[in-house]
Amino acid sequence: MPDGVGRPLLKVNNVYVSFGALQALLGVSLEIYPGEIFAIIGPNGAGKTTLINVISGVYHPSPGEVFFEGKERTFMPPHHVAALGIARTFQNVALFKGMTTLDNLMVGRHLQMRSGLFASGVYWGWGQKEEIAHRKVVEDVIDFLEIEAIRKAPAGMLPYGLQKRVELGRALAAEPKLLLLDEPMAGMNLEEKEDIARFILDANEERGTTICLIEHDMGVVMDISDRILVLDYGRKIAEGAPEEIRSNPEVIKAYLGAHGKK
Amino acid sequence: MFYRETGVLKTTYAKDMELFPIPLDKAGFVVVMVLAFFVIPLVSSHYMLVSIFIPFLVFSLAALGLNILTGYAGQLSLGHAGFMAVGAYATVVMYNRYDVPIPVALLGSGLITAAVGSVFGLPSLRIKGFYLAVSTLAAQLIIEWVITHVKWISGGVYSTIDIRALEFMGWQIDTAAEKYQFALIFVVIMAFFAKNVVRSRIGRAWMSIRDMDVASEIIGISQFKYKMLAFAVSSFYAGVAGGLLVAFYYGSANIEEFHLLVSFQILGMVIIGGMGSVLGSFLGAGFIVLLPIFINLTISFVNHRIVDLSKVFTLDLIANVENMIFGALIIFFLAVEPFGLARLWNTIKDYLRLWPFPY
Ligand SMILES: Nc1ncnc2c1ncn2[C@@H]1O[C@H](COP(=O)(O)OP(=O)(O)OP(=O)(O)O)[C@@H](O)[C@H]1O
Ligand SMILES: [Mg+2]
Repeated sequence: MPDGVGRPLLKVNNVYVSFGALQALLGVSLEIYPGEIFAIIGPNGAGKTTLINVISGVYHPSPGEVFFEGKERTFMPPHHVAALGIARTFQNVALFKGMTTLDNLMVGRHLQMRSGLFASGVYWGWGQKEEIAHRKVVEDVIDFLEIEAIRKAPAGMLPYGLQKRVELGRALAAEPKLLLLDEPMAGMNLEEKEDIARFILDANEERGTTICLIEHDMGVVMDISDRILVLDYGRKIAEGAPEEIRSNPEVIKAYLGAHGKK
Repeated sequence: MFYRETGVLKTTYAKDMELFPIPLDKAGFVVVMVLAFFVIPLVSSHYMLVSIFIPFLVFSLAALGLNILTGYAGQLSLGHAGFMAVGAYATVVMYNRYDVPIPVALLGSGLITAAVGSVFGLPSLRIKGFYLAVSTLAAQLIIEWVITHVKWISGGVYSTIDIRALEFMGWQIDTAAEKYQFALIFVVIMAFFAKNVVRSRIGRAWMSIRDMDVASEIIGISQFKYKMLAFAVSSFYAGVAGGLLVAFYYGSANIEEFHLLVSFQILGMVIIGGMGSVLGSFLGAGFIVLLPIFINLTISFVNHRIVDLSKVFTLDLIANVENMIFGALIIFFLAVEPFGLARLWNTIKDYLRLWPFPY
C-alpha cells in the first residue's frame, strides 16, 4: 500500500520554518499515504517536532505548502486542522490535569459532538442522549488501552507512563484520519514501550488510522514503521523502508556524527 | 440506609452519569429543596430572611457566575460587581419605565450583561492571568463611570433609582418570604443549568482551556468561541444576580453597592468555596455573607460579657476586623486548600462513601 500508490492523505511541500536566525526546517517535503505508519526520526533538534507542528497548524511555513486529502490547508489555525481529522499527542505530555481520564477522552470527542449551551444546560433529552452515545465510544477506547481502572482519576495525579497512555487515548477518541504522535514512548521502560507499540499497531490495523510517528528508539521504529523519513539540521537526508534506512550511509553518519545519538 | 456507593451497582452509563449517583444524595437533595422552599420561609424571622437568606441566594448566583469563568474556564475577572451593576440598572429601567414583567426583566438584564461582559472579555484572547485581571479591572471602572454619568441610566441624584412595588401577574411580591421564594426559584433553576453545562460538552471545553490551552486548540476547540461564551454566560449570571439584588434585597439600584470591593468579595467567595465547583459557590457565598454577622456577634458578646473592646483596641481596628479576617482566609485557602470548602465537603463524603470498606 505505501510508497506512491494512490493519492496521499497528507502532502507537505518544500516547507521552511525559521525561529529568528535559526533555520528549523529547510525545504522538507513528504507524503503520507492512507493506512501507513510513517516515522520521522533524526537527532535532537533536527526539526521533527517543528514538522509535526507545521502539519497540525501550530506553525505556518514560509515558504511551503501543506495539503490534506488533496486540499491546501497551509495557513489553517489548529482548531480547523483538527476538524479535518488530524489529531496529535505532544512530546511533553499536555493533558488536562484537573480533569479525569474519562473527561480528557470526552474532550477528544468535542468535534464529533453537537450539544450547544442549551442542550448541555437542559441536559435531559438530547443532551443526555448525546453524552451517552459518545461515552460509549470513549469507553471502547478505554478498554482498548486497558485504562479502565483509572477512568475517574484526575489525569494530573497519574504516573507519567499512564499520562502518555491517556493522551494517546484522547487523540484516538477523536477517531482521526491521521494521528500524529510525538515520541509516544519517551521515558518508558521496555514493557510500557511494548504496550504502546502494540496499541499503535492495533490502532493502525483495527481502526484503520494512518499514523505519523516521531520516535528515538530505533528498534521500535524499525519494527513498526512502513516508511521512515530522516531529518538532520532541518533537512531531509533520507526516506524509505526501514531496511533501506538502516543501511543508508548518510543516516549512519548523522547518527554517529558530531551531535551524538540518543 | 447507609450513605455509600458500595453495593450500588451502576449498570448503564446513564446511571453512572446521573447528577446524584448515590441514592442518599438524591434523598438529601429533596430534603434540602423542601427545607429551602417551604420550611425556611415559614420559620425564619424577617431579619433572617432579609439579612441572611436573600443575600446568600443572590451572592451564590454571582459567585456561581464568576466560578464558571474563573474556576471552569480559567479566566480571571475583577469586574463582576460592575457586571452586576449593569444587570441591576437594566432590571430597574426595564421594570420601572417599560413595564416589563419582572422575570422577563431579570432575564433580559442577564442578556444585556452577557453582551457587555463579552465585550470586556475580548482582551482574554490576547492576554492571560495578571494582565487580564487588570483589563477586567478597567471594565469595573468604566461601567461605574458610565452608570454615574449617563443620566438616562442612573436617573436621579446619587445614581439611585428605587424600584417600584414588585408584582407579577397579580402576585404582589411584598413580604420577605415571598421575595425569598421568588429569588430561590431563579437561583435553583440557574444552578441546575450551570451544573449541567459544566459536566457536559461545553464545560469540558472550558476546563480544557483552563488546564492546557494549546492542547485544547489542537483538539479543535476554538479558543475565541469558548472564551467569549464563558464571559457571556458568566456575565449573564452576574447580571441576573444584580437584578435580583436590587429587586429583592436593596429595593433600589445604587452604584455604591457595586464597587470594586464587591468584585473582590465575589472572588473571595469563589476561592473560599472552591474553584471549579457549583456547590462551592454556594458554600463560599454562605461563608462570606455569614462572616460579618458572626464577627459582630462575637464582638458584641465579648464587649458585654468579657471586656469592653473599645478600651483595648481603637475603633478603627475593630471596624476593620472583617476585612482582615477576609484577607487572611483568602490567603489561607489559596495556600492550603485551593479547592476550598467544597473539597473539604467531598473529603468527608468520600470517606463515608466507601465506609466501612475503605479500600
Ligand atoms: N518555538 C521555538 N522558538 C525558537 N526555537 C525553536 C522553537 N521550537 C523549536 N526551536 C528550535 O528549532 C530546532 C528544532 O526543534 P525541534 O523541537 O523541532 O527538534 P526535534 O527534532 O523535535 O528535537 P527533539 O528530538 O529534541 O525533540 C531546535 O534547534 C529548537 O531549539
Ligand atoms: Mg521534538
